[in-house]
Amino acid sequence: MSLPTNYLAPSGREEAWRFTPLNRLAGLLDASVSLTSTNSFIAGNLPTGVSFEVKKSSDLGPISTTTDEATLRVRQSAIEVSHLSISDGTELSAPIVLKRSVLGGTPEVSRLLISAGVNSHATVIIENAGEAVLAEDIEFSLATGATLNVISLQEWGPKTIHLGRSHAVIGKDATFNSLIVTIGGSVVRLLPTVEYSGPGASADLSGLYFATDGQHLEHRMHVDHNIPNGKSRVNYKGALAGDKARTVWIGDVYIRAAAEGTDTYELNRNLLLTDGARADSVPNLEIETGEIVGAGHASTTGRFDDEQLFYLESRGIPADIARRLVIRGFFQEIVSKIKDEEIEERLMSRIDGELEKVGA
Amino acid sequence: MSTLEIKNLHVSVTTDAGDKEILRGVDLTIKSGQTHAIMGPNGSGKSTLAYSIAGHPKYAITGGSVTLDGTDVLEMTVDERAKAGLFLAMQYPVEVPGVSVTNFLRTAATAIRGEAPKVRTWVGEVKEAMAALNMDSNFAERSVNEGFSGGEKKRHEILQLELLKPKFAILDETDSGLDVDALRIVSEGVNRVKSNSDLGIMLITHYTRILRYIKPDFVHVFAAGRIVEEGGPELADKLEEKGYAEYVTA
Repeated sequence: MSLPTNYLAPSGREEAWRFTPLNRLAGLLDASVSLTSTNSFIAGNLPTGVSFEVKKSSDLGPISTTTDEATLRVRQSAIEVSHLSISDGTELSAPIVLKRSVLGGTPEVSRLLISAGVNSHATVIIENAGEAVLAEDIEFSLATGATLNVISLQEWGPKTIHLGRSHAVIGKDATFNSLIVTIGGSVVRLLPTVEYSGPGASADLSGLYFATDGQHLEHRMHVDHNIPNGKSRVNYKGALAGDKARTVWIGDVYIRAAAEGTDTYELNRNLLLTDGARADSVPNLEIETGEIVGAGHASTTGRFDDEQLFYLESRGIPADIARRLVIRGFFQEIVSKIKDEEIEERLMSRIDGELEKVGA
Repeated sequence: MSTLEIKNLHVSVTTDAGDKEILRGVDLTIKSGQTHAIMGPNGSGKSTLAYSIAGHPKYAITGGSVTLDGTDVLEMTVDERAKAGLFLAMQYPVEVPGVSVTNFLRTAATAIRGEAPKVRTWVGEVKEAMAALNMDSNFAERSVNEGFSGGEKKRHEILQLELLKPKFAILDETDSGLDVDALRIVSEGVNRVKSNSDLGIMLITHYTRILRYIKPDFVHVFAAGRIVEEGGPELADKLEEKGYAEYVTA
């Protein structure tokens, strides 16, 4: 796949960019700003059957096409690609952790490809912390029968600008479970996208985001049911607190004429904890065949349930702790999928701390 | 010996059609160890009385007072009322998704007792109380009231009563939606708490059925937002026979 040469920066009038504050992207989409190519991922000790290598981008090109301008910029500028490969039949009980070394204020681009072999079974945790100005292109390739769980944590500092696409190509009877957590950063715009390369494949896209004062956190799903008997589930939950806290959730699910037997459901729930915050939630379902198992979506945006708070307070629990319990409870369904108590508690504590800061 | 004293209590709610007075001068005094049954037809304001004492924000107190051992209850926040020793067993306990019963009970006990209960004794305490209420131990891991049957919700309310040990409990239609076995288990739970702690009880009910299990010292008939007749247990027998018709004027 050749790299695009005719990159054009978005103007903000495009549907895909109309929510994003383009003036806050620190040059990531500005063709006159040169971007540094970086391979900042550090893999810990890897088990047998797993390799992590940095290769030339020209030797290991993208496995999918995209129209996303930020991803095109990455593909244009990235010299190298980090490649995590899980060999056929490898079954791992412990997660593989990919951490980033410290980035900085220099605009950077990064490519990562994770290949899950035939009938392999693995969990990968991608941890993003510190400050960065980053555009990234992550791709997952799932061979027949593979199960790949990916947990991506955005625990950025307050100045970070992060644009990223994480795209899965899911093979026959393979299962892709993605969990994206975004609680840090100034502007974070992520595109969890999925396409199928064989029948009987399944995708579960879950996410949690929490925005406070001035943060713009945007998640745009795109599930392309292009093959029969595919399944997808999307469940994103967000909470917002503080002035000009902003979240955007777009759920595009496309069922093509060929994708008979598709079973899909997407859900987005937002909790507005204070005035001055704004959540956009746009589910889109486009169906070209009636021969499907099911297709549905739901989106709710609301405030605290006063009855829940009253119930807890009537048991002696002070109002602030009651609110914290309700928020933790709201996110519990998503957070419990991490299955790592240390990470779960770290995320919840950070949310607690930020709530306290904004006085919600 | 504690006293919960309600004097000339007036309460309104805001509706689309303006403010509506629900309680029109309620007078009631409950002392430790006493059980007062509040009986009345639907819509008479019994639940409003319960929620007003507990401090639900929907209800505006427009007159009168509620005191606990002379201290103004109406000035307290909702959690302060619970810490002062009031407990409301709700007719429709609220679901709190994602918050486990274990976490909820421990957080509540910590708040009420002023310190976290010691892990070793606490676990035993909860297990014992759950067993006494015929509650399966997997209950503790479920989300508060989420997906509970009617009977499970009521047992969970009484479990909290046992663990939080209030001075006064308001039981709002605790008997509603219970089959005979569940009613007996729940009633035994209430009686057990009372025998251990000199609990004062305000038992709100529509039917006399629960009074076979929880014996009232006093029966009050509630109609149109106030107490219209008072008596001993024999008054309940009369209601059982004749209903509320004579108290409800067209």
